[in-house]
Amino acid sequence: MKKNVWLLAAGFIAVALAPGCKPKGAQSAISGDAASKVYVAPGEHDEFYNIVSGGFNGQMSVVGLPSGRVLKILPVFSVHPENGWGYSEETKPMLNTSNGFVPWDDLHHIAISTTNAEHDARWAFGNANNTPRIARVDLTTFKTVEIIEIPNSAGNHSSPFITQNTEYVVAGTRFSVPTGDNQDVSIDSYKENFKGHISFISVDQETGEMNLSFQIEAPPFNFDLARAGKNKSHGWFFFSTYNTEMAHTLLEVNASQKDKDYIMAVNWKKAEEYVKAGQGTKKKAKYVHNLWDEKTHSATSTMMEEVLVLDPKILKDMVYFIPCPKSPHGTDTDPTGEYIIGSGKLAAIIPVFSFTKMLAAIENQDFEGTLDGMPVLKYESVLHGEVEKPGLGPLHTEFDGKGNAYTSMFVSSEIVKWNIETLQVLDRVPTYYSVGHLSVPGGPTGKPHGKYMVAYNKITKDRYLPTGPELAHSAQLYDISGDKMQLLLDFPTIGEPHYAEAFPASLIKDRQVKFFKIEENMHPRALKGINDARVEREGNQVHIYMTSIRSNFRPDNIEGVQVGDEVYFHVTNLEQDWDVPHGFAIKGANTAELLIMPGETSTLKWVPDRVGVFPFYCTDFCSALHQEMQGYLRVSPKGSSTALKYSTGEVE
Amino acid sequence: MKKLSKSNRILILIAALLIIPAYFTPLWQISLWAPQYPEGLNMKIWIDHLSGNVDQINGVNHYIGMNHIGDEMFPEFTFLIYVIGGLIALGILAFLIGKRWSLYAFFGLMTLFGIGVLVDMYRWGYEYGHTLDPKAAIKVEGMSYQPPLIGYKELLNFIAYSGPDTGSWILIGGVGLLIVAIIRDRFQKPVQAL
Repeated sequence: MKKNVWLLAAGFIAVALAPGCKPKGAQSAISGDAASKVYVAPGEHDEFYNIVSGGFNGQMSVVGLPSGRVLKILPVFSVHPENGWGYSEETKPMLNTSNGFVPWDDLHHIAISTTNAEHDARWAFGNANNTPRIARVDLTTFKTVEIIEIPNSAGNHSSPFITQNTEYVVAGTRFSVPTGDNQDVSIDSYKENFKGHISFISVDQETGEMNLSFQIEAPPFNFDLARAGKNKSHGWFFFSTYNTEMAHTLLEVNASQKDKDYIMAVNWKKAEEYVKAGQGTKKKAKYVHNLWDEKTHSATSTMMEEVLVLDPKILKDMVYFIPCPKSPHGTDTDPTGEYIIGSGKLAAIIPVFSFTKMLAAIENQDFEGTLDGMPVLKYESVLHGEVEKPGLGPLHTEFDGKGNAYTSMFVSSEIVKWNIETLQVLDRVPTYYSVGHLSVPGGPTGKPHGKYMVAYNKITKDRYLPTGPELAHSAQLYDISGDKMQLLLDFPTIGEPHYAEAFPASLIKDRQVKFFKIEENMHPRALKGINDARVEREGNQVHIYMTSIRSNFRPDNIEGVQVGDEVYFHVTNLEQDWDVPHGFAIKGANTAELLIMPGETSTLKWVPDRVGVFPFYCTDFCSALHQEMQGYLRVSPKGSSTALKYSTGEVE
Repeated sequence: MKKLSKSNRILILIAALLIIPAYFTPLWQISLWAPQYPEGLNMKIWIDHLSGNVDQINGVNHYIGMNHIGDEMFPEFTFLIYVIGGLIALGILAFLIGKRWSLYAFFGLMTLFGIGVLVDMYRWGYEYGHTLDPKAAIKVEGMSYQPPLIGYKELLNFIAYSGPDTGSWILIGGVGLLIVAIIRDRFQKPVQAL
């Protein structure tokens, strides 16, 4: 007996020391020919463009799939000294807001434009979370061409989701806030004075230009995410809500009390009717609308004064609430538009709602009550079914177009594949670690390309060579073409990606702008050739009309500038060939360089504060004589008699 | 003098009419490839103008001090339309005359024209390739940059190609028809006068 005890003890020690006892890592998860599936040979192109949000860097990154290679960092809401975004005189108005110039924001979600619920990839939309805005990026130039501010909103998280023909892009407020003239209120008067506005921004079908069409004044919940109905549910929009407890402090606890929050279903076609019928109220609200003009190569910022608000308490049949368990995060509609999946991040199941049942419940007035006069539908009447034991912490769901759904599980750090019709869990794969959003090319559209899936993770830990306290965020690429999901690739990302959308490269790669035609340059200070290069003084302003072409600036010797002058370098890149940008920088300027595309004009403003001769040079290696592409500017004391003169190539 | 058969006369007419596309199609092309220009730079010479990547070629060539290529560089553009017109007229005349000598004369004229074009191209190429700005940024001792007359040639980091383009190929096809006519005429059994 004693001997047995000793044996048992020895056995426990052996087990404790055994190296095989640690849980299996990713190494064992890689199988087969994963490397060849992501190998894009030198000179070959990726199959998909992946437009990835940068989170707290306020940018988007452009990534090729399946290689995971970063192709471009695209500045949106944050200044980008690398190319002068937010520093050049032309781009500064893009970052203007009703609060003045804001150099940064937090970009969470991407929406790629669609037609008939399929990607047309004309534009990419992104949201600014902190100072609520929506940006539009032109995918022929990969440039931010429009930013519209969202009034009555705070924490623009439930954004920028779009309708199936890109009729509207929406912005639901995460924070409900007091609005209008009634803003100096006590925080504990939350329930009476705070409002949750949902904005519908229309998109011009030709130009893409955005216009804040109307807002719906919703109850003071937190609006988290949204998806438009599509195909059969086209005309509806679904917003997830939490904090329906309407707490204003310690939300961690106080907003997690109710068993169910809501998915708010909005009949936006009905809202359109109310707008047409003049049922909205125009309210004062200041917000800016910034637009880039590709002809003048400049942005303008316009202050808007009012917004049209619809009140769903009075305007019936427009807003309905679907009870959804435990603080739903993602609300996603499947490719057919029939199913709406709510991911209650604290829930033990995933509810799947049926659009058909929802319409029937509305028709039959199958309500469990009302919220300020807006009907709350019965959970069971709208429910298609629940996915049992999917995992812990469901956040987002994407689709493969073959009847399957893929849900990210933050807490259990995995992605779960399940069948939408039968609700059976089919497969699960680990993510490294704690996946947030996931993305299937075409995943949110009516036509997913069910080949790859990317997991965007919140925690990285040991995945790469360590880089001090802050680590690159990791992403994983999976092959989802078979029955089982297969891990293919692990790649680091830029910033902190939240959502991303991917689409076939063939949609846009042959439509790329290679350079801007110099004869179409309408910039008021553009030069069409080297002969017009000159310097002009206008009071204390000195305007330098400069050209750059391989490999010289004209003029490159400038004298007669005085300390305290406002010096404007209007540099036109005269090149008319692809991939020949020129840069411009001058010593001591308190701003970033210019990076000027062929055929474009950009302006750098500089106020010299001391006497001296200041060198300037081309910062983008342009040619064999790039290092010769330079010049000098002389600054004399204020009131000096040094005459204004300029030249190129003149030798005494 | 011997009269031509009807079919040979028609060949002359076709050859004359095949000169017409010269007004609407490029006659000559020059292409350049370099590691930095995998897609190539291409310049086309038409009856009275240039097209293609002329600006880019000028941009590249200014480093070695070559002249700026432009329409004004080719005085031929002012009179080539009349020369070509004259050739067409003489071709039709040869068809109308329909004698053996008219066929030979037209063939000879076309051949002379072809030789003339090549000589002119060579002269232009020589001048363009040898007239270099003494203040050029890049000077390679003993190097000149005359483009090839026909075919390929390596020039520093570029491979240059020069050769006929669509219009000329059609025109050359026409000359081929004249040769066919000549051969047919030579080996034809003498037609007895009726």
